[in-house]
Amino acid sequence: MSTPQVSRRNFLRTAGLGSAGLFLGLYLPDAAVAMVMSEEEAVAADVYTELTAWILIKPSGQITLVSHRAEMGQGVYHSIAQIIAEELEVDLASVDIQFAQGNEKKYGSQLTGGSSTIRGAYKNLLKLSASARQVLIMAAAAKWSVPVTECYAASGHVIHKPSDKKFHYGELVVDASKLQAPKDVALKPRSAYKLIGKPLHRKDTPLKTNGQAIFGIDKRIPGMVFAAVERNPRLRGKIKSFDDTEARKVPGVTNVIKIAMGVYDMDREGVAVIATSTWAALQGKKALKIEWDDSGFEHVNTPEIYRKQREVLKTEEGRLLKTQGDPNGIINRSKDILDVVYETPYQSHATMEPLNCIGHHRGDTVEIWGPVQAPNWIQDYISKKMGIAFDKVIVNMTFLGGGFGRKALMDYPHEALVISKAIGLPVQVIWAREDDITQGPFRPGISYRCQGVIENNEVSAVKFRTAGQNNDHFRSGDNGKANRSTSEGWLKPYFETIKNISFADVLFQTPVPTMFWRSVYASTNGFAYESFVNELAHKAGKDPLAFRRQYLKEERAAKLIDKIEEVSGWRNKGKTKGFGIAITECFGTTVAQVVKVSKKKGEKLKIDQVWAVVDCGWYVNPDIIHAQIEGAIVMGLGAATIHEITFKDGLVEQRNFYDYKMPRLTDIPPIEIHIMENDSDAGGIGEPGLPPFAPALTEAIFDLTGKRIRKLPFDMASI
Amino acid sequence: MISLNINDQNYNIDADPEMPLLWAIRDLVGLTGTKFGCGVAQCGACVVHLNGEAVRSCVTKVSRAQNQKILTIEGLSKNNDHPLQLAWNEADVPQCGYCHSGQIMSAAVLLREKPDPTDEDIDQAMSGNICRCGTYPRIRKAIHMAAEITRKGGMAK
Repeated sequence: MSTPQVSRRNFLRTAGLGSAGLFLGLYLPDAAVAMVMSEEEAVAADVYTELTAWILIKPSGQITLVSHRAEMGQGVYHSIAQIIAEELEVDLASVDIQFAQGNEKKYGSQLTGGSSTIRGAYKNLLKLSASARQVLIMAAAAKWSVPVTECYAASGHVIHKPSDKKFHYGELVVDASKLQAPKDVALKPRSAYKLIGKPLHRKDTPLKTNGQAIFGIDKRIPGMVFAAVERNPRLRGKIKSFDDTEARKVPGVTNVIKIAMGVYDMDREGVAVIATSTWAALQGKKALKIEWDDSGFEHVNTPEIYRKQREVLKTEEGRLLKTQGDPNGIINRSKDILDVVYETPYQSHATMEPLNCIGHHRGDTVEIWGPVQAPNWIQDYISKKMGIAFDKVIVNMTFLGGGFGRKALMDYPHEALVISKAIGLPVQVIWAREDDITQGPFRPGISYRCQGVIENNEVSAVKFRTAGQNNDHFRSGDNGKANRSTSEGWLKPYFETIKNISFADVLFQTPVPTMFWRSVYASTNGFAYESFVNELAHKAGKDPLAFRRQYLKEERAAKLIDKIEEVSGWRNKGKTKGFGIAITECFGTTVAQVVKVSKKKGEKLKIDQVWAVVDCGWYVNPDIIHAQIEGAIVMGLGAATIHEITFKDGLVEQRNFYDYKMPRLTDIPPIEIHIMENDSDAGGIGEPGLPPFAPALTEAIFDLTGKRIRKLPFDMASI
Repeated sequence: MISLNINDQNYNIDADPEMPLLWAIRDLVGLTGTKFGCGVAQCGACVVHLNGEAVRSCVTKVSRAQNQKILTIEGLSKNNDHPLQLAWNEADVPQCGYCHSGQIMSAAVLLREKPDPTDEDIDQAMSGNICRCGTYPRIRKAIHMAAEITRKGGMAK
C-alpha cells in the first residue's frame, strides 16, 4: 500500500462537527514530502484531494477511504468504508482503502480497543460523509448554474435530474474542497440504507487469500536489518554479564548490543542480536550466554498467587466501587450465606502474528511501521521516553495478525527504536513465539469472592470482591481509588431489582506485567458474576433463564431473554439436561449465550451446540458480527478449557503452542447466532461475544452433572 | 548459492543450508505470504507445497528444497481464483487473516487428494492449522464450498 500523493489546499470548515475530521482539503502523507502545487499541476498529476480526513478523491475519479483504526480481524478496515460509502454515495467495490498514520488531531483517538471504533465514530462518519457528498453536489450545481435541489448523487457521480447531465466526483473534488458544507445535512433514515446493515463481503478478504495483505512482519523498508532480543525470563531482572562470542559467529549476525525496553515502570534489559535475516537473528539469540541478576523482586509461583488472593479476600473489604442498600448488614445477620470463590487464570494473547515492529531513528525524527493498536499512545510514549517532538514520531499501521489488546502496548515499538538508534539503521525486531508466550504482559489472574443471601426464594443481598492485578492501578499508579472495571460485564438492570449489592476490589500486585486481553475485565468478571447468578437461581429454586427474566426487567434485556429462550429451544427442553445460560454486557453490547452439553458413557463431554443472541443496537455488517461472535466463542473455549499461563520460581512454564495449546478445528461445536433489531446506539462487536461463553458452559455442565466449576481453565475430559 | 524453484520461477539465493525454507522464502526471496507462527511445526501458518506435498516450511531446511518444486500462496492461482480462494472469499473466512495462507495451502492438498472431503477428512487434514481468531466454522464451510465449486467446473490446481 503506497501513500497516495495529495495536493495542499485550503481548509474547508464543516460546521457543527466534533474536533476530529473537521477539515476538508489538506493532506500530508509525510511531513517530509508534503507537496505544494497549483490546482492545474494537481489535476495534471492526478493527485488526491482530501474531502474530510477519511475521503480522498483524484481528479480521475479514483476514491480512497481511510481506516483511522487498526485492523486486527475485527473488520473495521471494511466497516468504516461501508459507513462512508453509504452517505458519500460511492460504489464500495471501486474504492481503495488505506490506513491512516497516527494523527489524533485529525482523526480523534485511534486507540483500537474497547470495541470502540464503530460505536465511537459512526455518527461523525455519517455526518462527514454526507457533508462531503453535499459539497460535491454544490460544486456540480455551480458548474451547471442550476439549483442544488435539482441535483443528486449516486455511484460516485452528481447528476442533474432535469437534464441527466453528470459529473464524476473527480471532476468536482477540487471545487468542492473550497466550499463550506451546510450546517445540517440530512442523514438517511436507516430504512433507506443501501449498504449499512447488509452482509457485504469484506474488502480485506481478497488480500488475505493470496498473500497480498501486508502485516507488520511483512513490511520491508530500504536498508533495513533484522533483530531478535533475549529478554529477562523473570520479566524484571537485570543483566549481570553476557557473552556474545558464539552469537557473533552465526553467519549473518552483524552486531550484538545490550538494550532496555520500556514496560510500564520498568526498563527491561535484554541483548539484541542484529542480522541480515530473521533466521540469523533468531539463531544468534539462541547462541547468547547471559547471566541475569534476578534479585530485588519476588519470584512468583502460581499456586502461591491464588493462595494469597484467597487469603486477602477472607480478611479485606477492599475499595468499594459501587454499593447500594446494605449488603453487609444482611450478610452479617444471615445464617445461610452462599459464599464461594471463583478463580480465573493468567493468559497470553498469543496473536498468530508474533510481535514485531520496524523502527527507524533518524535523530530528531523517528518512524515506526508495524502491527499496532494504539498509534497515538506510541507517539505520546516515544515522544516523552526518547525526547522527540510529538509530531516527529511517525507511526504507520499495517494489518495486524491479531491484537487482542497486546498490540496496544508501546514496549515493542520502543525497543525497535532503541535498537535503531544504537545502530543507525532501520530495524525490524521480531519476537519468537517463545518470547511471545513467556514475556507477557498477560491477562491477570483474578480471584472473586462472591457472597449472596436468598430469603423467601428471592435475592436479598449480593456482595462481590475481587483480588488480582489490575491495569487501572498498574497504569495510573493511583492505588487509592477503586478499580473502575470491577463491575465490568455485570448487567446494569440487575441494580434495579437487587436492592442490596456491592462491588469492591482488594489491591493485589505481583511483579508480573499485565495488559488488557480481549473483553478485558468482562472476560473474567463474566465467568464469576454470571456463574454466581446461576448459583443464586438454583438456591432460590428457580430456572436460571426464568430467574434472569425476573431480575432483568429492562426492555432490551427482556427481549434478549425471550429471543435466546426461543432460538435455543430452552422453552421446550422439558427435562432434557445439559443446558446452561449466561448474559453479559461488554462495551455497549449485551450478549446472551446458551450452551448445550451431553455425555455418552465412556466418552468425553461434548458441546452439542452454542446459541448466541447479540444486542448491539445500530450495526453495520451482520456477517462481520457473526464472525466476531463465532471467533469470540472459540477464543473463550480455549481460555476456559485448554490453556493458561502459570509461573514457577518467577518463570513462565509455557513456551509455545505445544504447551500453550489452542483450540483446533476438531474442538469447535456448532454455533448459531442471532442479532436483535432495534434503533439504539451502536455497541461494540469485537469483544462482547467472549464473556458469556465460560459461565454458560459451566452452567450446562452443572445442569448435566451437578458439578459446579469455579476455577478456569478446567479439562473437559475430566468431567 | 542455493537455487530454488518457487511458483515456477527460479531464484538463486545466498543462504545458510540450515536456514528453514520459511525464512529463505520470506527474507531472501521476498515472498511474504507464507507466515511465521511458531517455528516448531505446531501451527501451520508456514505451510507450503514441496513437490505437491504440504510441508511446514519453518522446520524444512532450505537445502532440502533445493531444485524441488515449491508452491506458495502467491502461486496457488494467478487471479485469486483457486476454488479454495473463491470459497474463502465467498464465505469471508479470514478475520485477521494471518493464518490463512497456511490454512488454504493445507486445504489445497486435501482437496486434490479428496475432491469431496467429509467432515472427518477435514478434521484430519486441518487440525494441524491454528486460527487464533476462531474462523474454524467458516474454514470447514469453505472447504465444502470449494469442493462444490470444483465439481461445477471451477478452476482446480
